[in-house]
Amino acid sequence: MNFMNFGAQLPGATELGLIYAVAALGVYLTFRVLDFPDLTVDGSFTTGAATGAVLISSGTPPVLAIIVAFLAGAVAGSITGLLHTKGKINGLLASILMMIALYSINLHIMDGKANVPLLGIDTIFTPLENAGFMRNSWVGSLILAAWVLLLVVVLVAFLHTRLGLSLRATGDNEQMSGSFRVSTDGQKILGLAISNGLVAVSGALMAQYNGAADITSGIGLIVIGLASVIVGQALFGQRRVWQAVLAAALGAVIYRWVLQIAMAVGLDPADLKLASAVIVVAALLLPRLSFVKNLRANRARTRQEDALADLVDATDESHPAAAMPAGAEIKGQNNA
Amino acid sequence: MLEIKNLAKTFFPGTVNERKALQGINLTLQDGDFVTVIGSNGAGKSTLLNMIGGRLRPDVGSVSIGGRNVTKIAEHKRARWVGRVFQDPMAGTAPHLSVEENLAVAMGRTRMRNLLPGVSGKDRAFFKEQLASLELGLENRLKAEVGLLSGGQRQALSLLMATMTQPEILLLDEHTAALDPQRAALVSQLTGAIVDRDKLTTLMVTHNMEQALQLGNRLIMMHEGRIILEVDGETKAGMTVKDLLGEFDKLKGGGVSDRTLLQ
Repeated sequence: MNFMNFGAQLPGATELGLIYAVAALGVYLTFRVLDFPDLTVDGSFTTGAATGAVLISSGTPPVLAIIVAFLAGAVAGSITGLLHTKGKINGLLASILMMIALYSINLHIMDGKANVPLLGIDTIFTPLENAGFMRNSWVGSLILAAWVLLLVVVLVAFLHTRLGLSLRATGDNEQMSGSFRVSTDGQKILGLAISNGLVAVSGALMAQYNGAADITSGIGLIVIGLASVIVGQALFGQRRVWQAVLAAALGAVIYRWVLQIAMAVGLDPADLKLASAVIVVAALLLPRLSFVKNLRANRARTRQEDALADLVDATDESHPAAAMPAGAEIKGQNNA
Repeated sequence: MLEIKNLAKTFFPGTVNERKALQGINLTLQDGDFVTVIGSNGAGKSTLLNMIGGRLRPDVGSVSIGGRNVTKIAEHKRARWVGRVFQDPMAGTAPHLSVEENLAVAMGRTRMRNLLPGVSGKDRAFFKEQLASLELGLENRLKAEVGLLSGGQRQALSLLMATMTQPEILLLDEHTAALDPQRAALVSQLTGAIVDRDKLTTLMVTHNMEQALQLGNRLIMMHEGRIILEVDGETKAGMTVKDLLGEFDKLKGGGVSDRTLLQ
């Protein structure tokens, strides 16, 4: 067991986690907001890495390369969306098909090579690196955290716009949304586009951080994304939108730390993906265990008591409806 | 104004399960008409509403709303003119959105869905005023998640959302059927009040004879995909539940003789 080693590598893990946090935001958008498990991300992460690396190595400014990577990811996501909505293909299958198709497309972007190195080429991180603020640095982590926070703020703001509300309503109640003139097909395509755009940006950043784009870099990204969202929201909650978005981003960092600890206590790097899958399974199964359920039920009961108290305060006592406020859904609280 | 011409729909045509849901429906609602629709299960009432709402396409016939032929217009586009409340209180609202966010989605029926704030200060004031008219205290719970509301409250909210933007046609599909009697009465009373206040052109399907007589200025009875009885104005006002049940009984006899004649 080597905790000294763990402590020394914590800033690096944080940097990695913050780069993956961008992808976690994308996965949150599909998995939680649209209720759509989108495997396209395994392909679009690499698309972002490939697009970014190829453009940067051919002299494109890194910022522009990242923007193009976003667009490339968005196109991939839109195609998954079209296959699902217009083609009426099951969502999971549509995204698997797109993921497989992207493997070939990514190879083409990388000119048939499995690896595009960025050695000796200026990336978005180069100024920081030269100042000694990147790669296992808390300053680097802080700068990346500020960037992720900016994305969180923008995403939360978007989800509260008229368009963002339509997107959330589509994921929450599709039938209702359609009856209020929301093009649910359009919203799904939009959500998948933004999501895969973010994932591709994450891929482009990761290629620059690692100094190379690799054709296999996206494999298992959906699991990393899901783990981030599920672990983050289990720890930090998801009742409010800002809370859920922030939790997904923080979840990505926590997840990296957990892996770092696992490696510090001697986990074979070959077992990394297995460990990822186990973490997700644990996060999905834990909430169903009875003692966790009881804990949650207690918390929910307190919340409902509060809500009921609000309601009783708010309701005009003389109205017939006030005689039985929201009681039917609050078992055992009817006499409150 | 709603104009339905010769509307027909057959499910599973050419199979053993073939079912003629609608067989040539003609119906015109003038502005401000409130028509209640009754009929036994499988009479085609819900199919008719789904055709007007756009969820189903007819085999033949046409639907016009306010002079526009909307027969081939997709459901979500038609929603600009059509307000709907469903039977299931869970169906008409988004549970994880707050009361004000649900109302904002409903406002989207007539306004652009762009990057402006979903709920503006002006919206909030308007929502408060609208919610206050329901007299359920919801105006003080704008930020509450709708999933936490009771079935009756959700259905009252659905009704408000469907009517707030003054649709040209309001479709109510047994919208009080899933509520307990007390709340059904409340939602029924709200329906009457809102439709009356805003002079909404309304089509309401119900299994409750009393409600069918109490609400609206016209009544139609459907059977096996046809309109078999139409009463309005004075006649409807003077009708009792007993009269209506009498019509249902006649129907049973008539149904048999019809079939006998055809054979």
